[in-house]
Amino acid sequence: MATKTTKSTKVESVVLNNYESVIIFTPVLSEEQLKDAVAKYRKIITENGGELIHEENWGLTKLAYPIQKKTTGFYHIYEYKAPASFVSTFELAFRRDERIMRFLSTVLDKHSIQYNVRKRNGEFNQGKNTIKPQEAKK
Amino acid sequence: MAKPQKKYTGSSVFNTTPDAAQRKKYCRFKKNGIKYIDYKDANFLLKFVNDQGKILPRRLTGTSLKFQRKISQAVKRARHIAVLPFTGDMIK
Repeated sequence: MATKTTKSTKVESVVLNNYESVIIFTPVLSEEQLKDAVAKYRKIITENGGELIHEENWGLTKLAYPIQKKTTGFYHIYEYKAPASFVSTFELAFRRDERIMRFLSTVLDKHSIQYNVRKRNGEFNQGKNTIKPQEAKK
Repeated sequence: MAKPQKKYTGSSVFNTTPDAAQRKKYCRFKKNGIKYIDYKDANFLLKFVNDQGKILPRRLTGTSLKFQRKISQAVKRARHIAVLPFTGDMIK
């Protein structure tokens, strides 16, 4: 990195990857507390050189098996772009937070990015197996 | 492992009728052009696990190896975030 242009090159020179983090918050949180927690992690993403692409909240959802003796949880999904080193700091924040019961961060490849875009546009409401003509090129 | 052209003749959840057992299996991902398997979609992943929650072999489902790996990855992720159970009876 060039020393004289410290201000502008910082963001541009770093390669941003696409990631997705699913977080399960404990169900004992109130509406207000959940909002705070969600806003906190949104802030962490943007403050550490990442950019938020999409957020999804499933609300109070039943778990397939109990975690910490709770049978429900608030699911929240962040889709974001960030430098590779960011994920470890993000996950460290999850581990320190007692409101979070479980989390999972995954890298998104080109197919999953495309899938998420199409999902957001509501193309999957008819069923999973419907494909658009330009998708089926093979 | 059986080669693709060999037919699995034993009883299975997929081949209940003699007619279905004779039909050629195919990979649904290749056929339908699905490239990404969403680990958050429990209803879709349930097609690839048995009643106990175990991942079905591709011998039974006909999935190609490439997508069987992706299914396996997706099911394991789904289990971690409690979208699918690790085990259970009659989970469907």
